[in-house]
Amino acid sequence: MTTVYRRVLSWLDERFGAGSIEEFLRHKTVPVHRHTVWYYFGGMTLFLFIIQVLTGILLLLYYRPTPNDAFESVQYVMTQVRFGWLIRSVHSWSANLMIFTAFVHMFSVYFLKAYRKPRELTWITGMLLLFLVMGFGFSGYLLPWNTLAFFATKVGTEMAGSIPVVGKWLLIYLRGGEEVTGATLTRFFGFHVAVLPGLATLLLAMHLLLVQRLGMSVPPGVEKAIGEGRQPARSMPFFPNFLLRDIMGWYAALGVLGALAAIFPWELGTKADPFAPAPAGIHPEWYFLFMFQTLRYIPAKVIFLEGEFAGLLAFGAAAAVWVAVPFIDYKAGFGRVTRFFTGLGVFALGYMAVMSALALR
Amino acid sequence: METSDRSPREGPQPTRRLINLMLGSGILASIVAFIYPAIRYIIPPLVSESTSRSVVAAKVGELKNNTGEIFKFGSKPALLVRLTDGTYRAFSAVCTHLQCTVQYREDIHEIWCACHNGIYDLEGRNVSGPPPRPLEVFEVHVQGEDVVVSRKA
Repeated sequence: MTTVYRRVLSWLDERFGAGSIEEFLRHKTVPVHRHTVWYYFGGMTLFLFIIQVLTGILLLLYYRPTPNDAFESVQYVMTQVRFGWLIRSVHSWSANLMIFTAFVHMFSVYFLKAYRKPRELTWITGMLLLFLVMGFGFSGYLLPWNTLAFFATKVGTEMAGSIPVVGKWLLIYLRGGEEVTGATLTRFFGFHVAVLPGLATLLLAMHLLLVQRLGMSVPPGVEKAIGEGRQPARSMPFFPNFLLRDIMGWYAALGVLGALAAIFPWELGTKADPFAPAPAGIHPEWYFLFMFQTLRYIPAKVIFLEGEFAGLLAFGAAAAVWVAVPFIDYKAGFGRVTRFFTGLGVFALGYMAVMSALALR
Repeated sequence: METSDRSPREGPQPTRRLINLMLGSGILASIVAFIYPAIRYIIPPLVSESTSRSVVAAKVGELKNNTGEIFKFGSKPALLVRLTDGTYRAFSAVCTHLQCTVQYREDIHEIWCACHNGIYDLEGRNVSGPPPRPLEVFEVHVQGEDVVVSRKA
């Protein structure tokens, strides 16, 4: 077995220097300290993304993206196709878990200041991936063409339409017309299965390449303690030690995912009817709840701005600050931890939690 | 920057500059020529809006007092309400906030949007919540058996 492995490796090495990859893997280490657990969430998100790609391909075998067929085709998958209910349930649950782990990953990176120099680009590609993931969620939500999705899409795209000057065009571009119709469904399907996966693959490659180039960040507190000799600089080899732990984490995630998908199969709801009133208790997916609840509180006019545009502007500005945080909090790059940014993170997290809770009340 | 024996003020030869200019503008023009149709392709052709001015929203007696019903007015939903006194009112059912479809609430005798909790009174005025404008009000006439709703002139 080992000789076969050696011979394959040396064959590959002669062709493209595969040995250097093995060499790289052998030297790559992962720092060990009291925050090491947070290193697992990025890989977990990646694992769930792979599940999404695989189950997404399976769903494509039966799904039909037209207003007359979409709902029925998902219904067909769930009631006629063997294990169709499970595949669709896994796809929906995994999407939600992926967004959850992506947020955990993002906030842990934020609080541990892993975005500081030299990892600014890793942070930016990561944030762009987070936006893409939310785009996946928003576009995928419409595809079963049910009532909730229909109105969620109407509201979401209408918000884009509230932007002055370009809003109207953006709305028409997103909806494929003035209203949410079959044209919107076709477009969202295209975004969901072609545009977003393409962009995500590209960004993911950049993100992972940067992580490999730069290695894992050691939090400033730990770095300081090591510098002052208060604690030893411990680490473990990435291959196989950390990777095996990663895989155990993935295995656990798979277990949770399988259990959730089987015990709580994802519902389909009722078919969208453009001439029915929005149902009571309508709300978007949980990761949009904080924005949804904010919209309920914003009055029709804020100074001279339309209410929804003011909300959009505020969230846009917050997102821009968040993406640019490595450059705003540049002092973190010199190991100077500013309480302000930690406080800002706590505020953001608190705001999202409180608003989401209020929306579900 | 590496030192070269040419001084930095001395640019490329005039012929080279001309070639660069022609090549550059040629490439730019080709890019524009390809991108423009692609952008026009992305923006869908406009569908002419339905110009119907009136529609039969319901039959007389179909709606009980203190109930509402959504009907199709052109390509958009509209709301027909029968008040407690038996008279009819009709409005656009498109919420002026973010275009959800509103409904008549029998318990509060008002028009309600479930999406963001917007409320309109029975004159279509936005009375609470985020809606910025009143609902468009339509005229209602009972013609024989038909409840006819028409756009105000």
